[in-house]
Amino acid sequence: MIPPISKVLFKHLVRGPHTMRNVPPPDPDGSEELARALGEAVRQRLGRSLAIREVDAGSCNACELEIHAVNNPIYDLERFGIRFVASPRHADVLLVTGPVSTNMAEALRRTYDATPDPKWVVAMGDCGKDGGCFKGSYAVVGGVHEVVPVDLHIPGCPPSPKQILAGLLALLETVS
Amino acid sequence: MMGNVTLLDFLSSGTPVEGHRPFPRFRLDIRAWRALVGQLSASDWTVMALWGEAEEIHVALCDDDTGDIAVASHPCPERWFVSLGRARPGAIRLERAVFDLWGLAPMGLEDRRPWLDHGRWPSRRPLSPQPQPPADAPYVYDFLTAEGEGLHQIPVGPVHAGVIEPGHFRFHCQGEAVVRLEQRLGYLHKGITGLLAGKTAEQAARIAGRVSGDATVAYATAFSRAVEAATGCEIPPRAHWLRALMAEMERIANHVFDIGAVCNDAAFAIMLSHMGVLREKMVRANDALFGHRLLMDRVVPGGVSRDLADEGAEALKYLLHGFSKDFERAFKIYDNTPSLSDRTQGTGIAQSSLVHRYGAGGFVGRASGRGHDARRAPGYAPYDMLDLTIPVYSEGDVNARLMVRFDEVRESLGLITQILADMPPGAYQVPLPQVAGEGMAVSESFRGEVLAWVRMAEDGEVMAGHLHDPSWFQWPLLEAAIEGNIVADFPLCNKSFNCSYTGVDL
Repeated sequence: MIPPISKVLFKHLVRGPHTMRNVPPPDPDGSEELARALGEAVRQRLGRSLAIREVDAGSCNACELEIHAVNNPIYDLERFGIRFVASPRHADVLLVTGPVSTNMAEALRRTYDATPDPKWVVAMGDCGKDGGCFKGSYAVVGGVHEVVPVDLHIPGCPPSPKQILAGLLALLETVS
Repeated sequence: MMGNVTLLDFLSSGTPVEGHRPFPRFRLDIRAWRALVGQLSASDWTVMALWGEAEEIHVALCDDDTGDIAVASHPCPERWFVSLGRARPGAIRLERAVFDLWGLAPMGLEDRRPWLDHGRWPSRRPLSPQPQPPADAPYVYDFLTAEGEGLHQIPVGPVHAGVIEPGHFRFHCQGEAVVRLEQRLGYLHKGITGLLAGKTAEQAARIAGRVSGDATVAYATAFSRAVEAATGCEIPPRAHWLRALMAEMERIANHVFDIGAVCNDAAFAIMLSHMGVLREKMVRANDALFGHRLLMDRVVPGGVSRDLADEGAEALKYLLHGFSKDFERAFKIYDNTPSLSDRTQGTGIAQSSLVHRYGAGGFVGRASGRGHDARRAPGYAPYDMLDLTIPVYSEGDVNARLMVRFDEVRESLGLITQILADMPPGAYQVPLPQVAGEGMAVSESFRGEVLAWVRMAEDGEVMAGHLHDPSWFQWPLLEAAIEGNIVADFPLCNKSFNCSYTGVDL
């Protein structure tokens, strides 16, 4: 019997990967151009590599779902040299989600301190900007900028993978 | 009072509270509450949720024999109550949280360590009538110990290595084997219970949909149904069907991604890629049909905020056909990869006795022989009109939890087909009447049963509300399931449970 996995692998050898099929150039919704531009800018400034450490500082986990989505084969962030790393010690960028719960504020600060310079912070989602719908609670600080300096906000609740790509591009332009 | 007494018979010794719909609520005095605690150790009633208010403690109970659901309330003017934790260990963390938030002390509970309160809030007991000044310094958490030769500790978190939510895990290990795991959560506490009070029903539903973003439809449905019960609002039939459609799409998207992520944690990355593509297809369909990838704010009190167009239904049928084929291909890969089965079979076994004792639902319960599903019991529209089979396995290992997910995805695909065929036409939203009352409702999220309770004021404002995540009764089982497994299998077990951090931290 032919193992089922070889059928899948063979199919993609013949028909190409999901990335090409689902995001054909030129992509009408612009995400392909966006992704390519992002890749070039990253290459210029950081030598083909940008390492991101994600910190959940009180999010409802919807932002995490969309971050997982930018890593799926369709958006395939890694093909542009951008990847998520396991430790702040390896990171250039902290991608912070959530309104920053008071219980997470110190952990966020310590993660920031552990990240080597030069470093940038991206606050993701509407609640990362000012607390969003959790604003005014006793248990939230109300925005990432209250705890660590923020270079960029990516709006949305949650931001779509396309918005996340657009946001990271904007960061690179801010950095220059 | 021991023996075969039914829940409603037992609670009728208390005072019925008017205006609590659709399940009755009874106020118990100290004597009746003590009797309830005693009765709980003799009966197999399920504790569905436990929460507090300024001067009262509430517990939602279900009598599995008769199917009756009721709320027992106990006023505690002296700010203490007799703990249920001894009879029902699942209630222990809930009672610790009640003390942290409302300052109602669970008497007789051995474990009195703070749970949600890390000593970092601007005031202690923030929801009690008189909040207390803040702690001088963040608390040092007293982890349980394990003693023996060669034992060592591994502290992990709150910031983990992957893109996951924060929580602290303290492992005691001997070599590679885990002797004891203890969780410390609460890092994501956002004070949602406090935020609900004083909001309009719409604003509160928006917050309820963000208790746990991956189950936003289930949360918004439970909360909206509770508000509708409290105000006596009859929503159009089509709204029920649209909610069910969204709920099943949410279930599929989450289950397929879970399957991929569990396999990825067993170093089988192709499954994650495959399932990531399937999930993306589903969330793009959500976006195309209802205008939001995760369907946030689409279920609102009074109905749903978007209708499904006829051409949308046709497009969805076409999508599901291809989706189902790709999904079955992935299942074949899973089923025919011995190196993967080697990691998932026999790993992280959750004992059936514990699952029943804690009342754990969802795939954690169903993989260990507890087939509870809120869509069946108590059941709600339109599931009473749909053909639904609940998969139940008895092995309780990682593999069984995956098999439940595979089966449920197939079930949900079937449900969507039925829904698209039978959905009635008509209106999809009605204005919410401004009536005072209390309501409680459940809905089945992909993790298990979500419970919402709400008290509405006459002017349409939410006076108080509570949202209960199924993970409350699943997290403690993970501590038990990992025992004796190797540390390297923890991510695998953890992902197969996929408990919500934000859902229990509130």
